[in-house]
Amino acid sequence: MAHLSAGKPGGVAGGKELATGSGLRYPANGKTIYHRPLNRSKTSELSQASFAYLFSEMVSYALSKVTDIQDLEKRLNMQGHPIGLKLLDLLLIRELPRNQLRPLNIISLLVLIKEKVWQHLFGRQADRLEKSSNADTPDEYMIVDNEPLVNAYISVPKEMSQLNCAAYVAGIIEGVCDGGGFPARVTAHTVGGKEEGEMWPGKTVFLVKFQPEVLERGALIGSEKA
Amino acid sequence: MTVFSLIIINKAGGLVFNKMFHDGLNKISTNDHLVLAGTFHGVHAITTRLNPVNNPGPTPSPATGILTRPEPPSGLEVLESENFRLQCFNTQTGTKFLLFTDTTQANVDVTMRRIYELYSDYVMKNPFYQLEMPIRCDMFDRKLSSYIREINNR
Repeated sequence: MAHLSAGKPGGVAGGKELATGSGLRYPANGKTIYHRPLNRSKTSELSQASFAYLFSEMVSYALSKVTDIQDLEKRLNMQGHPIGLKLLDLLLIRELPRNQLRPLNIISLLVLIKEKVWQHLFGRQADRLEKSSNADTPDEYMIVDNEPLVNAYISVPKEMSQLNCAAYVAGIIEGVCDGGGFPARVTAHTVGGKEEGEMWPGKTVFLVKFQPEVLERGALIGSEKA
Repeated sequence: MTVFSLIIINKAGGLVFNKMFHDGLNKISTNDHLVLAGTFHGVHAITTRLNPVNNPGPTPSPATGILTRPEPPSGLEVLESENFRLQCFNTQTGTKFLLFTDTTQANVDVTMRRIYELYSDYVMKNPFYQLEMPIRCDMFDRKLSSYIREINNR
């Protein structure tokens, strides 16, 4: 689990915290997360257990505010979105100066997500990248993760079987797409666990559906080769 | 060498989980399981109070000078019959794990520790589990079964 706190000002680590009048907290030495060098990524690994507890509380909190599953997924999605937006900038700035180019077509954007974003968040790449084989939906792409880290300890009860808490990760992906100028809707779907003794019971597909204007633009400037 | 079954009792003495892994024991009804859990909880509480040593309170440790408390009285830990052995593990928060094993089973402590680990991972980190309520977590069931199967086939 590397640096999920990157986009969150609340994730200040180390130092004693002083309360100020505004309710914002600053560490006693005055060094917030914004004072740390952006390129230091070696020591930024977090404990999976602490993330699991944090995420579990995020889900419980969202659960207490909603009435149905769609609402819950939307809430988790919204929590991930700003992280994705900022993560795109962060990851590009950490590249070598000659590679600091934001992706200009769908494929390079998705490859960036599958490789760089996944590596940064989860310490490994996503398992597969697919284009929808259905001719009616050329705007749909799928990122497959066999074992999403956020779901590592989560068992969804039977009455909520459509729920997949990786909606949070879907939100991050959506943020990356939006930030790169490829507005999209991203949803998480569980595809594993249908039969007994399966190898990947938690297999999750992130369905990336780009807005029509993205494909229109791509066709116009010829950046997308079908 | 066999692990027969596992029972988890919450801190109020209610049965929150029971699972059979092997046919070595006769099946008893859910109601009997509930009674067993409640009774064991009561007996455990009384045996804790039986402990004859007076609690001296926190004492400074000779090496570091830091105040330390002696281990709390443990109560009933093992119950043995001709055909099985019942090992009880009481967590800091009062949840009890009862493991029924073969009388010759070795390293029950290690098994218990691993089961406790699985419980803290797959039950306590699950946002859909409500404390003190019966455990219905697929992931916990799955990991537990595969771990016990591994032991029973050894």
